[in-house]
Amino acid sequence: MEQKEIELLKLLEKNGRMDNDTISKMLDVAPVEVEEMIKQLEKEHAILGYSTLVDWSNVYEYEGVAALIDVKVTPVRGVGFDKIASRIYRFPEVKAVYLMSGAYDLSVSVEGKTMMEVSRFVSDKLSTLDTVLSTTTHFILKKYKHDGIIFDEGDDDDKRIMVTP
Amino acid sequence: MSKSYLANHVKELQPSGIRKFFDLASQMDNVISLGVGEPDFVTPWNVIEASYHSLEQGYTAYTANAGLIELREEISKYLRDTFSISYNPEDQILVTVGASQAIDLALRAIVNPGDEVIVVEPCFVSYSPAISLTGGVPVSVSATADNEFKITPEQIETAITPRTKAIVLCSPNNPTGSVLSREELYGIAQVVRKNDLIVLSDEIYAELAYDEAVTSIASVDGMKERTIVISGFSKSFAMTGWRLGYAAGPTAIMQAMTKIHQYTMMCAPTMAQHGALEALRHGNESVREMKTSYRQRRNFVVKALNEMGLSCHLPGGAFYVFPSIKETGYSSEEFAQKLLEEERVAVVPGQVFGESGEGYIRCSYATSIKQLDESMKRMRRFVKHNSEI
Ligand SMILES: Cc1ncc(COP(=O)(O)O)c(C=O)c1O
Repeated sequence: MEQKEIELLKLLEKNGRMDNDTISKMLDVAPVEVEEMIKQLEKEHAILGYSTLVDWSNVYEYEGVAALIDVKVTPVRGVGFDKIASRIYRFPEVKAVYLMSGAYDLSVSVEGKTMMEVSRFVSDKLSTLDTVLSTTTHFILKKYKHDGIIFDEGDDDDKRIMVTP
Repeated sequence: MSKSYLANHVKELQPSGIRKFFDLASQMDNVISLGVGEPDFVTPWNVIEASYHSLEQGYTAYTANAGLIELREEISKYLRDTFSISYNPEDQILVTVGASQAIDLALRAIVNPGDEVIVVEPCFVSYSPAISLTGGVPVSVSATADNEFKITPEQIETAITPRTKAIVLCSPNNPTGSVLSREELYGIAQVVRKNDLIVLSDEIYAELAYDEAVTSIASVDGMKERTIVISGFSKSFAMTGWRLGYAAGPTAIMQAMTKIHQYTMMCAPTMAQHGALEALRHGNESVREMKTSYRQRRNFVVKALNEMGLSCHLPGGAFYVFPSIKETGYSSEEFAQKLLEEERVAVVPGQVFGESGEGYIRCSYATSIKQLDESMKRMRRFVKHNSEI
């Protein structure tokens, strides 16, 4: 892939809302070219979507909990873990699914309104799937950093003085 | 009080014009500052970690006067790998308190009262005062926009007198961002050798060159024995507050500098030296990432300035642009002051860096793209509004 495309991806990964005009100036390519590059990258599934990282703890009266669940499964001959993963990732409560090496097989990230809701999802839906052998649920108490972004309020404080040599 | 207790050479020093803009800007709110001559990144975490670790291990005492030998070895290796010049870490490299101290020591080591030292303006604000403090006489030569703020050998030649001792060069340059190519340095080196001068080569921005790799004048034939390379960690590794720099040069000069350093400073801060060691050993990736970001922001700012009618060349390095504001009819100082008052954008008036900076302003792009975008909008509005009068 071209250097410019990688730079473009890195810019958009940090800020999906950066406008094409700014990108075009930064990368020193024509605005139409930026548009084409983005279209192409979307077509190649290098760009899958544009999302916003929300710190829900700063949203007034918003209630929500998140958990990471370690799942052990029996792999099915021929399709390995893919089939069971796809049964799990289709639940709307599930935000992410990863196949892991080590003590368990799948790591499942789940979000819900209350702890009860998440617990119910695990006991009623996840553990009753026939290839699931066991689950271990870890509730997330506080998010410090997610997708490369630090959740701390004062983090981007500029500590430099106004004018320096 | 009738009697002044101050020494004459201090009384005669002019306060820095940078200071005045700092005072003005810091009294106002909602200011976007493009006046900051330092990185907007924080020091790479592994460097901070290494410094913590050195404290935990109890490295809280003085180091050798010339600096930790491991650090001098690492600097020597870096200079060899990057510029193909080899210095003996034992007696040709000195670790200093910022590049600032290295400049001061170099001048103190070579200048006799009355000696002339050529400075190429516009330049870093400390050179001329540091020369004056040694009793030397700064002689300015103007690099102009027609030549992308680069000095020619002929210009140097005309400034040379029998009393000329040295010339201070800075590439990539603060405030213009200009980078001297290998060919240009060859030309300058010829004049320097012919007239038996010493070069203080301030290469603190050498890692921050965006289009081509920087050449050190010390690597040009016959120049190593008459060049003092000055550099440091402030800019490339985002370590301004650590106060760590270094000098490399011929043994006799470096020994003289070390002698002064030994009596005036003892050694550079130990914890900072441990951080610097990590920076040189494992900091490459961080420098590369910061550099990519600076290059993108440089492109952005230069385009935006030219679009609003402030003509600006594309500087090859450092993190400054130096656009002309002559079209507006204001002096640099008026422009900077009005821009600050009307639109709350702080820039540094060009004449602070020497007379040839008049008609220009220095904007640092070491600020987030969001801030740069907003500051360019404000400046566009300002320029439009002020050119209608
Ligand atoms: C050209 C130049 N040399 C030297 C310095 C001083 O650097 P240090 O922080 O290492 O003393 C600066 C800082 O602005 C600079 O721009």
